[in-house]
Amino acid sequence: MLSVTRRRFLVFSGVAGAAALAGGATQVPWSQLFDAASTSPLPPGQGVLVVVTLYGGNDGLNTVIPASDPAYQKARPDLAYQPHEVLDLGDGLGLNPGMTGLKSLWDNKELAIVRGVGYPVPDHSHFRSMAIWQTASPTTSVPTGWLGRWLDATGDDPLRAVSVEPVMPPLLAGARATAASLPVGGLKMPTGRLNDAFAALGKAQQGEPELTARVATSMVDLQNAARVLGGAVHDSGDTTPNTGKRGALAQQLGVVAELVEAGVPTRAYSVSIGGFDTHADERDTQQSLLTELDGALAPFVNRMKATQRGQQVVVLVYSEFGRRVAANGSDGTDHGTAGPVFVLGSHVNGGFYGTQPSLTDLDNGDLKESTDFRSVYATMLDGVLGTDAGRVLDNFPTRIDNLLTT
Amino acid sequence: MVALSDRAALRRLLDRFGFGPGPGDVDAGVARGFAATAAALLNPAQDPTPEPDLGPEPAKVAKGDTAGRKALAQQLRHQELILTGWWLDRMVATTAPLTERLTWFWHGHFATSEQKVRSPRLMQRQNDTFRSLGVGQFATLAKAVMVDPAMLIWLDGERNKTGVANENLARESMELFMLGVDRYTETDVRAAARALTGWVVDRDTITARLVPRRHDDGSKTVLGTTGNLDADSFVDVVLGQPDSPKYVVGRIWSRLVRGTAPPAPDVLARLVAAYGPNRDVHATLQAITREPAFTDSAQTLVKQPVEWAVGLMRALRVRPAQLPPTAAAALLVGLRGMGQVPFLPPNVGGWPADSAWLTTSAGLARLRVAQLITAHADLSTVSGTSTANRCAAAQALLSVDQWSGRTTAALNQVADTPARLVAVAACAPEYVVSL
Repeated sequence: MLSVTRRRFLVFSGVAGAAALAGGATQVPWSQLFDAASTSPLPPGQGVLVVVTLYGGNDGLNTVIPASDPAYQKARPDLAYQPHEVLDLGDGLGLNPGMTGLKSLWDNKELAIVRGVGYPVPDHSHFRSMAIWQTASPTTSVPTGWLGRWLDATGDDPLRAVSVEPVMPPLLAGARATAASLPVGGLKMPTGRLNDAFAALGKAQQGEPELTARVATSMVDLQNAARVLGGAVHDSGDTTPNTGKRGALAQQLGVVAELVEAGVPTRAYSVSIGGFDTHADERDTQQSLLTELDGALAPFVNRMKATQRGQQVVVLVYSEFGRRVAANGSDGTDHGTAGPVFVLGSHVNGGFYGTQPSLTDLDNGDLKESTDFRSVYATMLDGVLGTDAGRVLDNFPTRIDNLLTT
Repeated sequence: MVALSDRAALRRLLDRFGFGPGPGDVDAGVARGFAATAAALLNPAQDPTPEPDLGPEPAKVAKGDTAGRKALAQQLRHQELILTGWWLDRMVATTAPLTERLTWFWHGHFATSEQKVRSPRLMQRQNDTFRSLGVGQFATLAKAVMVDPAMLIWLDGERNKTGVANENLARESMELFMLGVDRYTETDVRAAARALTGWVVDRDTITARLVPRRHDDGSKTVLGTTGNLDADSFVDVVLGQPDSPKYVVGRIWSRLVRGTAPPAPDVLARLVAAYGPNRDVHATLQAITREPAFTDSAQTLVKQPVEWAVGLMRALRVRPAQLPPTAAAALLVGLRGMGQVPFLPPNVGGWPADSAWLTTSAGLARLRVAQLITAHADLSTVSGTSTANRCAAAQALLSVDQWSGRTTAALNQVADTPARLVAVAACAPEYVVSL
């Protein structure tokens, strides 16, 4: 199963940020984005959050692996990694062998692993669970994403949050504001009068219907993105019809890196990678994906270390649920519950947080969560975005103490 | 509620119940009248287009055989190109646009990706099922799809056997195909999985069969009904849930009428009544055409990339099957750049909708596809008229209700080059959206 369609789960989760997204949400004057970098750049010392979503439900037990736990070996004999295969983290846990970059970050204390993250009364539907994680509302269906509400709470400027992926996630849809979106992979524009005419399609037309206005806005965005980001975004020159999307996350993070280093006023970025829904033949597929994740993430984190602006970046990596403890009949696992969340960056106190879920004290075959994901979000809102998390997360009380250095 | 003009209403009918008007279709429809045109659309003649020749199923390759795997991948790619090209051409040229539009709809509803199935022949069989059963009784279609070979591979139905359940098909069929999210419990999923056990696919014969020793024939309780449920009776149980008709009808509405708002309660009630206990898709479609809401100006829809491209080719009389190989390949690359290639939905949830298609990179890809198509089109109705009249000629060619002042100004900038004019016109908001 490939990456979850964000728009589809908008429909299914009833996130009416759909209305915001439908009606001309990405009103980004891109000229403003880079002009702002020179006229009102991000003040030094202001944190920047990069949210990486793993779509499909990553199998946490084969990511942060209790290889020497006999219960682990017993539950999934053909899927399990052996102790000598994993990258040792201490505390009886090891990283998936594909994650050598993250292992180095761990050794440098720049990787924090929050264990057993989930929410009470887990939902096994991709769409509902992803909606829960993105709206930060486990019990009631709300129409806004948590970073969208952050935009609402702190002034509506859409430039402060940017989605660098093909489709806008509800994560970034507020009641009034919605983040800007940016394409990856090539903006080789036509020239001359053809481009003039094409660009002229973007002129606003008084009184036109919502959706045609939205088309026009997207034409403006395209012109601005091409003008402003020309150098940063390279033409992929894709000539083969049937290739998959390998390398997409690395491309997305490459664009984020450029924007951060340029000092644009954006405080939050959203990127993603899909394919984690490993119902069958899981081991190779997941290891391959985790290798891709590692290959995109570790260089990004290392690149950020090299500049002062980059050092303000904190990366949050999550998936919409973990997977079941026991393997199914297809050498895969079915949808589960709690899983590990990664937090990375120069201002992160590396190490373990939360409790490793027990493999024997289960909830109907699923891991029990020990850390509510909202405490992770709250910590990011307070510590990285400098906003009172209570305003965004309905006064959620807990935080992950000591996760971030000040 | 603002009603569309007669002409616009007719154009919308052709947009939503097919892939858009060809030259002269709107005029003919207006002359005939909306009701008569709808009736004709809803009762299409059989399309005699033959199946594509995909060749035999490629032989299996051993795990370590790298050269063999490479050859297999090439064979599959070749078959995929044939199948996709065949379907695009059929969508453009069909004499039964309603049937084809519903085939396309079910393709997005029971979304199955070749990327995992890795058998264009199986995908073709599924495509055929959508075509032959897509405008009839939904129960018949759903039951066929639950044991469709491509679907069984896609949602791991083949691996679901007694004692070792795989829940993928059970869950997604309730959540996405028949009932909607939050209308069943985890216990229902586990029981449903047991009901669906035992099916095995034979790729060479493109069939699926129930293997008794793999099937759990014990008693199961799904959504309150207990019995020795199997795939068929499972479908009956789910479709019998009070929420199911609203869900299925709602999905049809969202892709044919409007994606950004559900039908009003009274409209939905009438459509559900038409769907009825026979779960009649044809009757539902007919009821849609009879609703005043259908011709309300608010019911706009962003055309999905394939719908837009096929509509453009219909309008310009360009046949994908007659494009030279490089152009045919470039068409698929362009569709991919716009975010949509037939047989490759991103996941079982199907395709994005409305604004989600309008990304900046998709906008650029659209221009490239438009240029490609116009390069192979007969544009004499545009080039044969004076520069001053070309904007209007393009409007007629694309059967656009009315260009806005904004679009007219844009098009006039390239009126001296008909190919550019029509390409830009195809990217205009009034054409990208089905108003």
